[in-house]
Amino acid sequence: MSCADCSNAAKEAREVVAAVGSEPEKVIPLLQEIQKRHGYLSQELIETVAEEINLPVSRLYGVATFYSQFRFHPIGKHLIKVCKGTACHVAGAEKVYSIISEDLGVVEGETTEDGLFTLESVACLGCCSLAPVVMIDDNIYGKLSPAKMGKILKEYADGK
Amino acid sequence: MGNNRVIVGMGSCGIAAGAKTVYEQLEKADLGAELCITSCVGMCYAEPIVEVENASGRIMFGNVDSRFAEVLIQSVKSGSELPDENRIKEDETGKKYLDRQVKIALKNCGVINPESIDEYLAVGGYEGIKKCINSSTPEEVIEIVKTSGLRGRGGAGFTTGVKWSFLAGAKNNPKYLVCNADEGDPGAFMDRAVLEGDPHAVIEGMLTAAYATGASLGYVYCRAEYPLAIKRLIIAIKEASERNLLGDNIQGTDFSFNLKVKEGAGAFVCGEETALMASIEGRRGMPALRPPFPAEAGINKLPTNINNVETYANVPFIMREGPEAFNKYSFGKSVGTKVFALAGKVKRVGLVEVPMGLTLREVIEEIGGGSSSDRPLKAVQMGGPAGGCIPESLFDTPIDYDSINATGAIMGSGGMVVMDDQTCMVDVARYFLNFTQKESCGKCTFCRIGTKRMLEILTRITEGKGVENDISLLEELAGHVSKTSLCGLGQLAPNPVLTTLKYFREEYEAHIKDKKCPAGVCKPLIKFTVNPDNCIGCTACAKACPTKCISGERKEVHFIDQEKCVKCGICRDTCKFDAIDID
Repeated sequence: MSCADCSNAAKEAREVVAAVGSEPEKVIPLLQEIQKRHGYLSQELIETVAEEINLPVSRLYGVATFYSQFRFHPIGKHLIKVCKGTACHVAGAEKVYSIISEDLGVVEGETTEDGLFTLESVACLGCCSLAPVVMIDDNIYGKLSPAKMGKILKEYADGK
Repeated sequence: MGNNRVIVGMGSCGIAAGAKTVYEQLEKADLGAELCITSCVGMCYAEPIVEVENASGRIMFGNVDSRFAEVLIQSVKSGSELPDENRIKEDETGKKYLDRQVKIALKNCGVINPESIDEYLAVGGYEGIKKCINSSTPEEVIEIVKTSGLRGRGGAGFTTGVKWSFLAGAKNNPKYLVCNADEGDPGAFMDRAVLEGDPHAVIEGMLTAAYATGASLGYVYCRAEYPLAIKRLIIAIKEASERNLLGDNIQGTDFSFNLKVKEGAGAFVCGEETALMASIEGRRGMPALRPPFPAEAGINKLPTNINNVETYANVPFIMREGPEAFNKYSFGKSVGTKVFALAGKVKRVGLVEVPMGLTLREVIEEIGGGSSSDRPLKAVQMGGPAGGCIPESLFDTPIDYDSINATGAIMGSGGMVVMDDQTCMVDVARYFLNFTQKESCGKCTFCRIGTKRMLEILTRITEGKGVENDISLLEELAGHVSKTSLCGLGQLAPNPVLTTLKYFREEYEAHIKDKKCPAGVCKPLIKFTVNPDNCIGCTACAKACPTKCISGERKEVHFIDQEKCVKCGICRDTCKFDAIDID
């Protein structure tokens, strides 16, 4: 392993393990730490971290693919999470979702070509009083109508 | 009159409604009064909420926008009379909302600053556990909890004191205690509100359980989607440790209890206790066969007890005030109060805590204020994906475990989503099946494949492709899925289908036989048309239509091109003259 990228990955894997711990029960926090740093789990980091904690790579992949939080592709600049909880569903979450999907030309899990937006849906954000709700990065937008949603997307696209 | 404190309600939903902006505005204003935070008081319909405290008490103002915040700033600064408007606790609707509620688990939520242990101590916090340590044996504590009649608030409703006695009787050491805060039901946010609003009550409840059972290690397993709850919990654990209320040799005794937070990673099935423990051990969260029960072999094969957030939050009250103060609220075999996340088509949505025995109608109509759309209410969904839909004709059912179970729904963790006649019950059943089918861990064949087949049938019904024996096929599959699944997820997954079939069979039949969706929801079965009597030709719908399929001159009746229409319904939402019909 002599290439610069590989040694970088090995160095980062050591950092991640030093910060979180190396016991088998730390597998989920380790994966969460990698995702916190990069927004997704790269094959390289999963492999190097597995090596670092002496667990088979399959064990890490097994866990990572089980939980919906983990992603295996880089995400766009802004992460859009459309809440599809019961209250949001009844209040028209599907309409809001299709507006975003049509506007951006992407479906669940995809990133726009310009790398600006990634679209995801979540089971419930727990803000049922504001249904329908969408979370963009750390901001929650509630009581959305398709028109209001279009306006918000435009604000982000214009470089908010 | 001097105003001492200005308190902003900073729960997740308050912040989403704009509380943070209001807080920043108040912060910049040089109020001449202390600016504090609290969490969700449960009146979500009136967020953002600001309270002003002075010598005569606390006055709560709701729907605080930047204009009204400025009004408040001026009157606080000048010490003049506080405004009369937006006083949400004193007005008629606020009174109706609060009068029937009894707050035990939510006692401090929206009252104290959740990030300050001193405020929790000032309202009698940690007195219950101190009383236990100083004057009761662990056996006596378990007896008190048994006498109180407290049952698990996570959904299953098992008697808490009995559950604790199993762990107390286990021989191996160390013993684990887990707080299940993996609140996965869509449409439920009770546990989030408790953790954000009163994390010390949960810690004190766990401490009491630890003392009673001999557990020395604890985890709070919390959903990653609740960052604020996790943050406040971590602050609370740190503060409690600094005061020697957590950690080794608590209050100078030989009682020790160490508590950690485990962040979930997004798997609904982890709300099931054996799956949750697998997740804590760093594995895929798949349920395991019981026995052995957790009390015998739980985390790392050591004895473990798991209770839900709300269950623990009730304990400090029981210890401090005595079991009779709790079980004086009782109805049938159910005691105490239950917290519900009231959402959907009601006027006042929010977090409510009611004594057992109140009827669904009292909660929905008196507390919730009835239909928000002024359309007739049709059903209430209780218990999330494992629960069911209770029709309006049964709204006089009292809220207690047995009466709710008798309807076919379950008490569940406390999600209560109200639906009006524009909600399609077949679509609701499909929605929940879609959820459980995706969240099935795949271990049991019928849960993995049976739910998939049920979803396919429901999908084709909502697409107008349903066939004659679909209903009986659904019923047959439902029976197999619930009988042959290992855990609650599969066993209860058919519930939303079975309850809607029981109470709204005619809607299924309309979809299958008449190819109609009576509620006007299922796209392939509906058609949007312009009502020529009502259309004034304002062009609003044509401008809003994303596919530009509406044509017509200004001041003339418009026309929808059915070929191009994607049935998004934006025209109907946009029209101010009720001129778009659904067939």
